[in-house]
Amino acid sequence: MNVETPPPLVFRTRALAKVYRTGEVEVHALRGVDFEACAGEFVVLLGPSGSGKSTFLNIIGGLDRPTSGEAWFQDHDLSRSSDAALTAYRRDHVGFVFQFYNLVPSLSARENVRLVTEIARHPMRPEEALDIVGLGDRMDHFPAQLSGGEQQRVAIARAIAKRPEVLLCDEPTGALDSKTGVKVLDALTRVNESFGATTLVITHNAGIAAIAHRVVRFADGRIQAVETNAARLRPEEVTW
Amino acid sequence: MTSALDRKLLRDLVRLWPQALAIALVMAAGVATLILGVGAHASLSETRAAYYERNRFSDVFASVTRAPERIAARIAEIDGVGAVETRVGKIALLDLSEMPEPASAIFVSLPDLGEQTLDLITLRSGRTPLPGATREVVVSEPFAQAHGYEIGSTFSAILNGVKRELTIVGTALSPEFVYALGPWDLMPDDRRFGVVWMSRAALAAAYDLEGAFSDLRVRLLRGASESAVIEEIDRILAPYGGEGAHGRKDQLSHAFLDAELTQLQAMSRILPPIFLVVAAFLVNMTLARLITLEREQIGLLKALGYSNLAVGMHYLKFVAAIALIGAALGSAAGTWLGTGLTRMYGDFFHFPFLIFQMSPSVYLVAVGVTLAAAIVGALKAATGVVRLAPAVAMTPPAPARYRRTLLDRLHAALRMPQSAVMTMRHLVRYPARSLGGLVGIALATSILVGSFWSFGSIEFMIDVTFQRSDRQDATITFVGEREASAVQEIARLPGVMAAEPYRSVPVKIRAANVERRAAITGKPDDPDLSRVLGSDLAPVHMPETGLALSDQLAAILRVETGDVVEVELMAGDRRTVTMPVAMVVEGYLGLMAYADIGTVNRLMREGALVSGVHLSLDETRREALFAELKAIPAASFVALQRVSLAKFRETLAQNLLTMVSIYAGLAAIIAFGVVYNFARISLSEQGRELASLRVLGFTKAEISWILLSELAILVLLAQPLGWLIGYGFAVAMAAGFESELYRVPLVVNREVYAWASLVVVGAALVSGLIVRRRIDRLDLIAVLKTRE
Ligand SMILES: Nc1ncnc2c1ncn2[C@@H]1O[C@H](COP(=O)(O)OP(=O)(O)OP(=O)(O)O)[C@@H](O)[C@H]1O
Ligand SMILES: [Mg+2]
Repeated sequence: MNVETPPPLVFRTRALAKVYRTGEVEVHALRGVDFEACAGEFVVLLGPSGSGKSTFLNIIGGLDRPTSGEAWFQDHDLSRSSDAALTAYRRDHVGFVFQFYNLVPSLSARENVRLVTEIARHPMRPEEALDIVGLGDRMDHFPAQLSGGEQQRVAIARAIAKRPEVLLCDEPTGALDSKTGVKVLDALTRVNESFGATTLVITHNAGIAAIAHRVVRFADGRIQAVETNAARLRPEEVTW
Repeated sequence: MTSALDRKLLRDLVRLWPQALAIALVMAAGVATLILGVGAHASLSETRAAYYERNRFSDVFASVTRAPERIAARIAEIDGVGAVETRVGKIALLDLSEMPEPASAIFVSLPDLGEQTLDLITLRSGRTPLPGATREVVVSEPFAQAHGYEIGSTFSAILNGVKRELTIVGTALSPEFVYALGPWDLMPDDRRFGVVWMSRAALAAAYDLEGAFSDLRVRLLRGASESAVIEEIDRILAPYGGEGAHGRKDQLSHAFLDAELTQLQAMSRILPPIFLVVAAFLVNMTLARLITLEREQIGLLKALGYSNLAVGMHYLKFVAAIALIGAALGSAAGTWLGTGLTRMYGDFFHFPFLIFQMSPSVYLVAVGVTLAAAIVGALKAATGVVRLAPAVAMTPPAPARYRRTLLDRLHAALRMPQSAVMTMRHLVRYPARSLGGLVGIALATSILVGSFWSFGSIEFMIDVTFQRSDRQDATITFVGEREASAVQEIARLPGVMAAEPYRSVPVKIRAANVERRAAITGKPDDPDLSRVLGSDLAPVHMPETGLALSDQLAAILRVETGDVVEVELMAGDRRTVTMPVAMVVEGYLGLMAYADIGTVNRLMREGALVSGVHLSLDETRREALFAELKAIPAASFVALQRVSLAKFRETLAQNLLTMVSIYAGLAAIIAFGVVYNFARISLSEQGRELASLRVLGFTKAEISWILLSELAILVLLAQPLGWLIGYGFAVAMAAGFESELYRVPLVVNREVYAWASLVVVGAALVSGLIVRRRIDRLDLIAVLKTRE
């Protein structure tokens, strides 16, 4: 790798703002967010509840549109894309992991992953994805037969199986104890390293920030601070 | 101040309004059908009973060639006879200048001295003729209306071969001509057949019946034996050419009216209960599902400390609100439609007044059944949920036990996409729900089949009757019997291409202890115009000896080919003979017996006579022929089968079509309600799953298909089942329609099934589109914020 050329930008937002209007009340969820992320970067987003983290992640994940400002993924202008274009963007480039695993209960682990590989362009085999998250031996179990942590790892397998350019995770360990959470984080870092997927992780757990390249702190709809970790910890080294 | 729970109730109703409305409409359709069907039948029956009573409709009827007036006194002395009236009654051709085709009327005398005692006419305008006035007549109101006649209008009639000009002095209605049907006609045609009342003295003079009568009417005392009186009357009248007295059952107008009411009753006895049960089932199923969806909320309410009773009441109120809206809508619609239907039939029958009979018990039953169905459905679901511990209720209903099944090998073998696997598993995983949906949709199809089938059957009956059996263009009925040479005379008239005689003799046919009045119609060996059809609907030869009985008559007499029946001639020498049943033939109208015309003439020992002649006409020379026919003294009535057919269709279009359209419309509402609710609830159940697929990058079309393919599979699977059940309904209705006068063949052709399915599939498509629009608006982010 040539150290002279910086890795290409994957995400870029300019003055990103989001206002929710419910009747008379206006909620400014985002008040001008300028953000960039490079290919292969592992970014942790921190911030108090209601500071706009999820709103931000949803917009750059193509689930929602900003009220004003710009959001770019490579050369896709996400703020001006049609619904269909956003759907295609999610399908082709984005892997999501959410706090509430959002697995399809009527499909087994393998089938939940296959759900995505069937519509992706260059997917890996579902078995491979499940191996990566350490669930190679539980592939034919249905969600209800798996623990929360296992379900979350299936969700990660499902997210990575399409070899996404970006992996967006909203409190992936929020519902898990620390031991299980470590396994999930381990899966995320391994995917980040082996596929070079730009990974954004929202968490309430400041300890987790140590595993990131960069930590972005949100407050009141803005980015309050950005820190770069000189040295990263391995997931098994953090506890909470 | 409303409690929080009540506010939730209102919000839920507002939030779920399309579904609540759809359920309410299904209920309303069930309620309305029962109310309108039972109401219309009860109203018309009541009206008829009151009309008969007020106008003193006779119980026993007899015709003679000529009987001296004094005989009436002997009849009045018969045990059980309450009142007797004699009169002159004759059918005659009219000569109406404004109308090319020949018309006829039945001429009935009005007493010159005193009032009518039986079969009173209700004057609608003008007055009755002055005693002895030879030119003054009262005509039936529908006949006057059909011709635009007013008081003072004139027309001509050929009475006993003499043309007379008559002046209308009044119009009237009578209970004995509610259904004013000309011989060989199928439907009353007020243009071509009317009733004319004249002074007794004038009419008697025209027919040389001074001091005598041709018609006898008797009203029985309460509890009198009709058959005993008839037997006695027959004995007294036999020497005067009596054709045999008969009761109301064989009075033309009454019999047809009765058949119509029987049909209406069959409609109201069979269809509405089915509708009601179907609606109840659907409401029950839908509400149960809707409440199961509320499971988490119920758990939460309980966790917050609400008692089971409070929670149960909350959902009961929710359901009761929907049910009451449905019941109110249904009662209003049912009353409105029932009144409209009663008016329509009342107009058709020309009842002088209508009595609307909407009994409260019908409303109670209809509303009660739907309400009960709704509440039972709600309770069943609510108790199931309430019984759960709050913690369990708040977690989703364990869809835990998805197992690998045989089906999975199939998926693997077919390399089905995972989305299809989802659909299939979902169907199999909730068998009760899938089965409920399947049965619900099948029932929707079946009630449509049950509503539509009669159209096809009647078309079939028309085709058989007019294309294969009675293919003549016209039938001339002679005044009394004529020499066979009369046929040649008719055949020579302009425009007549073929003439085929028939001889008709009134008889009583007996087998064992069953007896029926009927006519034996003698036909040429191999009739070409008015043909008799075998059970395979192919024309048959007349038997060389013995009778061909219509299957209905054979069934009533319980005889088969090879049996013998006793035949009592009601004309001529009035012998009783035994005759073999040579064959059983097809027949939808009336109780028919056929024989070779030679057989009939030998039977009557009167030489070769004919009663009338069937004609095939050259349409281009109709006018010329009609002009000649109007002047033929021998004819009393000319039936025009093509005109009859048009009239038959038109009347059917008016009555049956309206009726069936109402039922079909209500069935369509039910179909839509079922399918829409099924789709909507599926969406609620799976909305979260579908939204998360959207997040994964599935397009709207793809996830819509996951949901809608499930609906599509159920809709398709339900169709054959629906056809089967619908056929069952048709069988029940055909049996209910059957009267001795006519029988509706049970023909459920492919179009019926196709139309029923088309309506259901259409309802499914519309529901699909509505649901599709909701899928398009699924809130992806909201889904991610909440746990399952
Ligand atoms: N659909 C909505 N309508 C109105 N306001 C909303 C909506 N979604 C989010 N908000 C508001 O926007 C702000 C930011 O919400 P967001 O979900 O982005 O916060 P967050 O940083 O993810 O918080 P948490 O850590 O609690 O998840 C909050 O004040 C929230 O109330
Ligand atoms: Mg959040």
